[in-house]
Amino acid sequence: MVPLAQSIGANRIVQGKAVTATTGDPALPPEEEKAFRRRLVERALKSLQSTPQDQEVVWGEDRG
Amino acid sequence: MSQLRVAHYLNQFFAGFGGEEMANTPPGSEGGPLGPGNALQQALKSSEDGEVVGTIFCGDTYFTENEEEALDRIVELVRESGAEVLVAGPAFGSGRYGLACAQVCHRVGESLGIPVVAGMHPSSPGAEQYRGQVYMASTSDTAVGMRDAIATMARLAVKLGRGEEPGPADEDGYIPTGRVKTEVHEKTMAQRLVDMVLKKVNGEPFQTEWPLPSMEKIAPAPAIGSLAGARIALVTEGGVVPRGNPDKIPSGWAKHWARYDISETDDLTAEEWQSVHGGFDTTKVNRDPDRVVPLDVMREMEEEKAIGKVHEHMYSTVGNLGYVADMKQFGQDIAAELQAAGVQGVILTGT
Repeated sequence: MVPLAQSIGANRIVQGKAVTATTGDPALPPEEEKAFRRRLVERALKSLQSTPQDQEVVWGEDRG
Repeated sequence: MSQLRVAHYLNQFFAGFGGEEMANTPPGSEGGPLGPGNALQQALKSSEDGEVVGTIFCGDTYFTENEEEALDRIVELVRESGAEVLVAGPAFGSGRYGLACAQVCHRVGESLGIPVVAGMHPSSPGAEQYRGQVYMASTSDTAVGMRDAIATMARLAVKLGRGEEPGPADEDGYIPTGRVKTEVHEKTMAQRLVDMVLKKVNGEPFQTEWPLPSMEKIAPAPAIGSLAGARIALVTEGGVVPRGNPDKIPSGWAKHWARYDISETDDLTAEEWQSVHGGFDTTKVNRDPDRVVPLDVMREMEEEKAIGKVHEHMYSTVGNLGYVADMKQFGQDIAAELQAAGVQGVILTGT
């Protein structure tokens, strides 16, 4: 829940898929789901490689 | 109805002794009102509800430097005044004075068991620390708002002194305490929700029943230079624990967190792991717990040397219904362990 993460002052936020599957997408076949998860993790790791000036939210482009 | 006996706490400035040069004044008292106490007296007398029976004062510097001694003495002076209610301030935006008012109220309330009312601007450090324990009139940040502040404080003092419960914060003019009061409403939750949504889409003002606490700003941790050598930890509030929940993490209102050794684990399987989170339907996560703690892909990236290492321990708790103060403490405790273990980055998954 991105607004919640924002309200508590998290500085690097990556939007997940859903409350019931943050780093997964049960609608996808297992291999594709894992690839989806990997992209999310890569976004999170990428955000750790820069220092945000303000709260930085990476919105998920393939959120369904 | 008998007149309430009200004691009034002021700093050396408002008590009329002088400014910063008199800030070392030790605690003392005088019978009757001083400074803004005269307006308080007027407000209480005009409603025939009470009177200011004494003023207790202390210099701001003296208070700060001799806190315990000053508090003990002030409690004694309030006791001697025979007051049934204590009013402190208003301190407006003043840092030291606001904190002193809050602390005096808190201590007097605890020691003497009488109702207490402070007054200050919501951003005062006193308000930040004591708003949950002490009723505080919400004032402007400068003395321009004296008249309103005194009126609110007098009203609150009378209510509390008569043993009445103040109404909602915005109606009775105090700084929200963060406490939630249960009451029966003529409309169901669904009806109230729809009313709010309609107001929102029509651009009309509406009031949430569950305001999010306003949070301090947190400075971002500096960037990690290279991921290739970095040790990355996985932390979650998603309640992922070994099946059977050996540490008995509750489904909500968690008061503890747990640490799990994942150094021999490549994948969080449904056979061995589960989520005990009570704030969402865990069916999907329980079929594959990597859906909230992405260990499988972290291992893959570790193997490919895209990251240095996945930290040996995964940290878990349930954020559902958790108190912010508890969660903040969890965060600090977990961060201290991670730092001691040389972890450079954390992926913290929430739900």
